[in-house]
Amino acid sequence: MSENGCEYHERVLTVDTMNPNIRQVEYAVRGPIVQRAVQIDKELEMGIKKPFTEVIKANIGDCHAMGQKPITFFRQVLALCSYPDLLEDNKFPVDAKSRAHRILQACGGGSLGAYSTSQGIEMIRQDVARYIERRDGGIACDPDNIYLSTGASDAIVTMLKLMVSGEGTSRTGVMISIPQYPLYSAALAELGAVQINYYLDEDNCWSLDINELRRALQEAKKHCSPRALCIINPGNPTGQVQSRQCIEDVIRFAAEENLFLMSDEVYQDNVYADGCKFYSFKKVLFEMGPEYSSKVELASFHSTSKCYMGECGFRGGYMEVVNLDPEVKVQLTKLVSVRLCPPVPGQALLDVVVNPPQPDEPSYDTFIKERSDILAALAEKANMTQDILNQVPGIKCNPVQGAMYTFPRIHLPPKAILKAKENGQSPDMFYCMKLLEETGICLVPGSGFGQREGTYHFRMTILPLKDKLKIVLAKIKDFHHIFTEQYS
Amino acid sequence: MMSVLQIRRSEKDILQSRAAEIQREIQLGERKIFSEVLDLSSGDLHAGGIKPITFVRQVLAACSYPALLEDQSLPSDVRRRAEDLLKECEGGSVGSYSESSGMVKIRECVCEFISRRDGGVSSSPDNIFISTGSQTALMKLLTVLIRPEDSCRTGVLVPEPGYATFRLALQAQRAAIIPYQLCEDQGWTLHIQELRRALQGATHTCTPAAIYICNPGNPTGHIQSRTSIEEVIRFAAEEKLFILADEVYQDCVFADDAEFVSYKKVLSEMESPISSTVELASFHSASKGFMGECGLRGGYVELVNVDPAVQKYIQTLFSTRSCPPVPGQIALQLMADPPKPGDPSFPAFTKEVQSIRHVVCRNVRQIQEVCRELPGVRCQPLKAGFFVYPRLQIPPKAIKWAKEHQMKADMLYCMRLLEEEGLHVRPGCEYGQAEDTYHIRLFVGTQADTMEAALQRLKTFHTRFLEDFS
Repeated sequence: MSENGCEYHERVLTVDTMNPNIRQVEYAVRGPIVQRAVQIDKELEMGIKKPFTEVIKANIGDCHAMGQKPITFFRQVLALCSYPDLLEDNKFPVDAKSRAHRILQACGGGSLGAYSTSQGIEMIRQDVARYIERRDGGIACDPDNIYLSTGASDAIVTMLKLMVSGEGTSRTGVMISIPQYPLYSAALAELGAVQINYYLDEDNCWSLDINELRRALQEAKKHCSPRALCIINPGNPTGQVQSRQCIEDVIRFAAEENLFLMSDEVYQDNVYADGCKFYSFKKVLFEMGPEYSSKVELASFHSTSKCYMGECGFRGGYMEVVNLDPEVKVQLTKLVSVRLCPPVPGQALLDVVVNPPQPDEPSYDTFIKERSDILAALAEKANMTQDILNQVPGIKCNPVQGAMYTFPRIHLPPKAILKAKENGQSPDMFYCMKLLEETGICLVPGSGFGQREGTYHFRMTILPLKDKLKIVLAKIKDFHHIFTEQYS
Repeated sequence: MMSVLQIRRSEKDILQSRAAEIQREIQLGERKIFSEVLDLSSGDLHAGGIKPITFVRQVLAACSYPALLEDQSLPSDVRRRAEDLLKECEGGSVGSYSESSGMVKIRECVCEFISRRDGGVSSSPDNIFISTGSQTALMKLLTVLIRPEDSCRTGVLVPEPGYATFRLALQAQRAAIIPYQLCEDQGWTLHIQELRRALQGATHTCTPAAIYICNPGNPTGHIQSRTSIEEVIRFAAEEKLFILADEVYQDCVFADDAEFVSYKKVLSEMESPISSTVELASFHSASKGFMGECGLRGGYVELVNVDPAVQKYIQTLFSTRSCPPVPGQIALQLMADPPKPGDPSFPAFTKEVQSIRHVVCRNVRQIQEVCRELPGVRCQPLKAGFFVYPRLQIPPKAIKWAKEHQMKADMLYCMRLLEEEGLHVRPGCEYGQAEDTYHIRLFVGTQADTMEAALQRLKTFHTRFLEDFS
């Protein structure tokens, strides 16, 4: 066999010889539809005519990309940390300078460029612990249980790595909500772990039903060894904010069934709906008393990428582990040392996030205003989105209680579903691709997150600036109407 | 739990914890003969007291806080560079996600850097994957290469002495480690016969799939000749091995008679079909060289001759972690495209780089002088990299004592050196070494006075150590 006239050479690394788990790894948020969107962007740049003048990337939870401004105070501190000569510059407020100075003192050689310990700079872990204590009404937090990480994703995957073992029917199973943020499915695929799906209740605002957890677990026990339960609260892509009762039920369930709880809380400041409140799993766990708080194993995750900061590019994050077996903790500390240390600018940013300006400090007023404006804008857009989409026949949208996304259910005519299948596409991918080609709006099909068989959804961010968002929603409304007609 | 990581604490952990403890004790006023612990254990320029490059930090600051773009006290090339970089960021913010393999303009810049370095050999941004330090890219390649079977594990050839963290990464991925010995007496050179021997011994116990090379070497400081690189490439072609070339120390070449040649360049100059078929991943980062920006976590891998179908999967794998940290990407861009003659920052930049080079070269000379002075210490000439790796003749009484206390003799040496003189270095047992040989690893990238003080302490200690165990 010959290739390009040369003798065919069998490569060492082929799709057949590589780690077979890799074949199952997918990540819809940056998947095929986004690749097509990037292509279209290039075509527009080249002057190719389209029915639209720009691609609107409503596929990814990136606030700054959609026009949200960074928090001034945070960026001032980061600039001062990056180039400490600026500490002599009068243009910077004293409270930013004092924070930068303190952070630099905790860095090797006073520089963001020195390695930190793998667990993260001790002073920053202490600050994070105090932040958690304040947030949780005084419940103690040990800095030694804090692991700083490269965004929350790094910590989530690390914990999953620790947990995965066994073979065949004793292979580790991990429970994850459907729909879910596809980092989980990708990581489980990469690690060759068993994904145990539990369905959120779409008819009930995407709430979590313990009976469904039980059902999923019983089913799973037949073919794997369930070890962990992952929950995203506030939810991605669904935006639901779990009630306190629900969180207690989950904790009780985890205690009964001996499951390690992984609580992804990166959207904890993004709560919009009246009557909804963020309760951290840690707080609820400890308020349930020692029967649970001394026993249930929990890892909670947070990051600097979402909330009001939106600093995705800095890859700042942490996890808090509770009731971890001491030997496992040793392994964890070893495992994180393989990647040396989390990015120090991200660690520095996290430190300022947990140490924001106080009422008696010069930067306080500006900081509070910027933060409030951002959160208010998100709340407004969340409401606007659910209102407008719910007016579209064939689109049904649950309240966007929190996070940054809407995950509406779309009714697709049977002809469209057939056409999609002919194309070898999932029906919502077919829908979203058409939407992209005709309007330039890039969303992610529901199939990328998981959904009940026979239902279709898309995930759209609520991040475009308000006026643009209005236009986007109007275009989706029009498109849906035309699409439905076209395939009737 | 899956992990095959040893429960036993590593020497590095033990020494690091003790060093931190001692530092705390000093701060609390406990009397010690020394006022601080001197750290020659880690390859970290800034921790060693070397200052960051001003241009790099000014650009980073302006990117973080764009109000500085209006600040006339910053040189115009700094402001222009920051502006150009911000244009590449979504929403003009370094807080936005970038493409998962890094911003395309930065990858293009890295390609130009690689091309210049390799005398014109072309490089494509599609084959560059920027990552959170080169270590992360290396781990991703391992994830792809290493099949999770226990029955016949994927084998990777690994040098001894070799970078300890990489071994840990292999263990975490359940790879079979196939060690090959570097030849100390000839300056830590790599011999093909040794590679063959190592491979021969392993073929029945695992499926060898890759060979890891560190060039310039850590901890050894050796640099491979072009001939040696060619031999390895031929060996990889014959034995069907994927080459993982860790070249992060390529900008740290000190010896006048040494020259860094990249695996990619040598490969490109070999005959077909080798040049178009041997699969290679080359790693580099902004953590070493004169920038020393370890904490920014800016690294990349360049893939050569990799199956396009596999490369697509690698792309997806990278995408699951969103993107590499933007400050790290910026550091890479600045490394790849530093100030040029005529740029306002060029004089200061050149001066800083030369000063760092000067200090490091001086440190290297001093360390080697001290090694020559001290009895029972033999040091191969340092050609490149960040470390000097002398061999110690340890008295039999000390070896016996160490054995009785369940540690290797060079670990005993390092522990006592830390306790008695407050000098923190790494023991050779951490890197793998021939039976009954002992080494210590010393970082060369510290401020001049730190190095002088450290060497003074080393001399004092060494003499006493030999006496105590005579």
